[in-house]
Amino acid sequence: MAAASFTAAKFLAPVAARSGGDRAPPLPAIGAASARPRRGAQQTRLRTALAVSSDVLAGNKAAQAAAGEPVVTREEALEVYEDMVLGRVFEDMCAQMYYRGKMFGFVHLYNGQEAVSTGFIKLLNQADCVVSTYRDHVHALSKGVPARSVMAELFGKATGCCRGQGGSMHMFSAPHNLLGGFAFIGEGIPVATGAAFAAKYRHEVLKQSSPDGLDVTLAFFGDGTCNNGQFFECLNMAQLWKLPIVFVVENNLWAIGMSHLRATSDPEIYKKGPAFGMPGVHVDGMDVLKVREVAKEAIERARRGEGPTLVECETYRFRGHSLADPDELRKPDEKSHYAARDPITALKKYIIEYNLATESELKSIEKKIDDIVEEAVEFADASPHPPRSQLLENVFADPKGFGIGPDGKYRCEDPKFTQGTAQV
Amino acid sequence: MKLDPTVCVLGEDVGHYGGSYKVTKGLAEMFGDLRVLDTPIAENSFTGMGVGAAMKGLRPVVEGMNMGFLLLAYNQISNNCGMLHYTSGGQFKVPLVIRGPGGVGRQLGAEHSQRLESYFQSIPGLQMVACSTPYNAKGLMKAAIRSENPVVLFEHVLLYNLKEKIPNEEYVLCLEEAEMVRPGEHVTILTYSRMRYHVLQAEKTLVNKGYDPEIIDIRSLKPFDLHTIGNSIKKTHRVLIVEECMRTGGIGASLRSAIIDNFWDYLDAPIMCLSSQDVPTPYAGTLEDATVAQPAQIVAAVEQICQ
Repeated sequence: MAAASFTAAKFLAPVAARSGGDRAPPLPAIGAASARPRRGAQQTRLRTALAVSSDVLAGNKAAQAAAGEPVVTREEALEVYEDMVLGRVFEDMCAQMYYRGKMFGFVHLYNGQEAVSTGFIKLLNQADCVVSTYRDHVHALSKGVPARSVMAELFGKATGCCRGQGGSMHMFSAPHNLLGGFAFIGEGIPVATGAAFAAKYRHEVLKQSSPDGLDVTLAFFGDGTCNNGQFFECLNMAQLWKLPIVFVVENNLWAIGMSHLRATSDPEIYKKGPAFGMPGVHVDGMDVLKVREVAKEAIERARRGEGPTLVECETYRFRGHSLADPDELRKPDEKSHYAARDPITALKKYIIEYNLATESELKSIEKKIDDIVEEAVEFADASPHPPRSQLLENVFADPKGFGIGPDGKYRCEDPKFTQGTAQV
Repeated sequence: MKLDPTVCVLGEDVGHYGGSYKVTKGLAEMFGDLRVLDTPIAENSFTGMGVGAAMKGLRPVVEGMNMGFLLLAYNQISNNCGMLHYTSGGQFKVPLVIRGPGGVGRQLGAEHSQRLESYFQSIPGLQMVACSTPYNAKGLMKAAIRSENPVVLFEHVLLYNLKEKIPNEEYVLCLEEAEMVRPGEHVTILTYSRMRYHVLQAEKTLVNKGYDPEIIDIRSLKPFDLHTIGNSIKKTHRVLIVEECMRTGGIGASLRSAIIDNFWDYLDAPIMCLSSQDVPTPYAGTLEDATVAQPAQIVAAVEQICQ
């Protein structure tokens, strides 16, 4: 992790580190404001991408960096460390539990990407919203959903955060403003846009203002989603109405077995922001402190009402797409390249280097997390399965939607109704 | 919108243009551009936006400029409108109203003549109603907005010009109830939306011929009001369904099933169902007329059932 944090806005240079895209164009390093011209046919397509982070960081942090000061306080560093370790240990436990037959279906683990979730979500207030995809366990944890609620949900128990009805791909929590968990890629982005619209509406129409500014919504999604219509439609609308939203791309280079470079005409996703009039930023998603710096700026922009930002985080998943993915297409040298940039190891090194905490303090955090995750499993194991009567309970918010039966009474008026069938 | 500031409208041309069928005329001037939001042409995304806003406490009314365009929003309507309350374990509700003009118009061509009620009817968690008169349009719209469930309100392109004296004051109709249009003894005719008027035209002929049809506008396409429908069948013992959606997988198909399941013993004749033909609606007027059920066919069907 470089002390000069304005490198946050740089690309990882060697194309050789990425497998599967032999004919990808060489990617430039982005400096303070303009891109250096490239050779050949690419030159005519070059446009200056607004690199918000580099402007901010070049100003503020270069001074700090030069003085050899850490960019976070001890408390912040420990909070961030603990959150990332929680994410990692939890996901590792999920893999174990899956292979032991405690959880089922499609389970998508987040190992390796913790810096993005922690870097962004730990900056949010309770009233801010997070919208995720099917790779949502760690977003839920970072937003504050208790590990036991997530684990119980994964086990399909009635004590899960969604009563066992959602599962791995549908984590929701109203108290924590986690608006899902979506199985189809891209379908959460409009929902996030709507939450941001509601925040603006509350401020402008309902005149409910907070001294901090607008409530912010973060939409997390992957590189594959960036070729989907809903992504582009929402970039347009969010910028059009200056909605308080940050679009966070977790570019881990792979959509199951499809390399980002094989699927995308112009793989530099952050450049698509300025095409819609919003800043597009690229950040090293394996470095939680860099992510946090960029996130701070983007979130504050949104809060002030200046509109959306597109942040592309270059990250990597250490495991397959899901627990069913044999992960045979990704080359070993790519995997080891990113394994060497493990965000947790890197932060640990940083904390020790800057004397923010001792080894034993970090070890005790790790122990604490192990206990939390163990307890979550015990809780989930001991919890009951949902009873048959739960089947129909949440189909409608107003169960009158099941209609009026032949006897003239609403079906839901019969107390035994939920044990029956949902015929209308 | 005056009573509840969380009610807002979004759709294409709902604001400055006043709506493609003028349903939202004047609202943008009254309530502003944010409450009556002119959206870009992105049905899937703005419907999803409506879902997200509803989850966060607003009560949006999403307009499909033509119901057919909502096919582009099917992802959001099925996955998020219908299912989200369930997959979130009841934590979030989606009090969304999705409305717009649909049905067969006057030579609008296949894609602008679609009946989406049959496509949406399988989506769990969704309620569907179809209005047919100015009176029930106002009452059902108010009910839909007040409902905590996502409601799809089907309007019809040919019915916007109907004129009727309706009460100025507040009234809310029941979303789940059917409407008794004409009590009778000989046969139960179940219909909705524009076909109500074809049935009423047929009624004139039928009455002249000495028949006494009971006409019920089912209004609630999902769920069915089996109480009103059942009471009618218990009286007449004969059922004719007249609908505008396609025969295959239509509302009539589901209604027939539900009647057989619940009222088999009361039937004296097989249930007849007049639906539109399973063809893309042609442009040519003569062919278009042949696609939907016409009053003459309704008369013939009643005569056949009552033999």
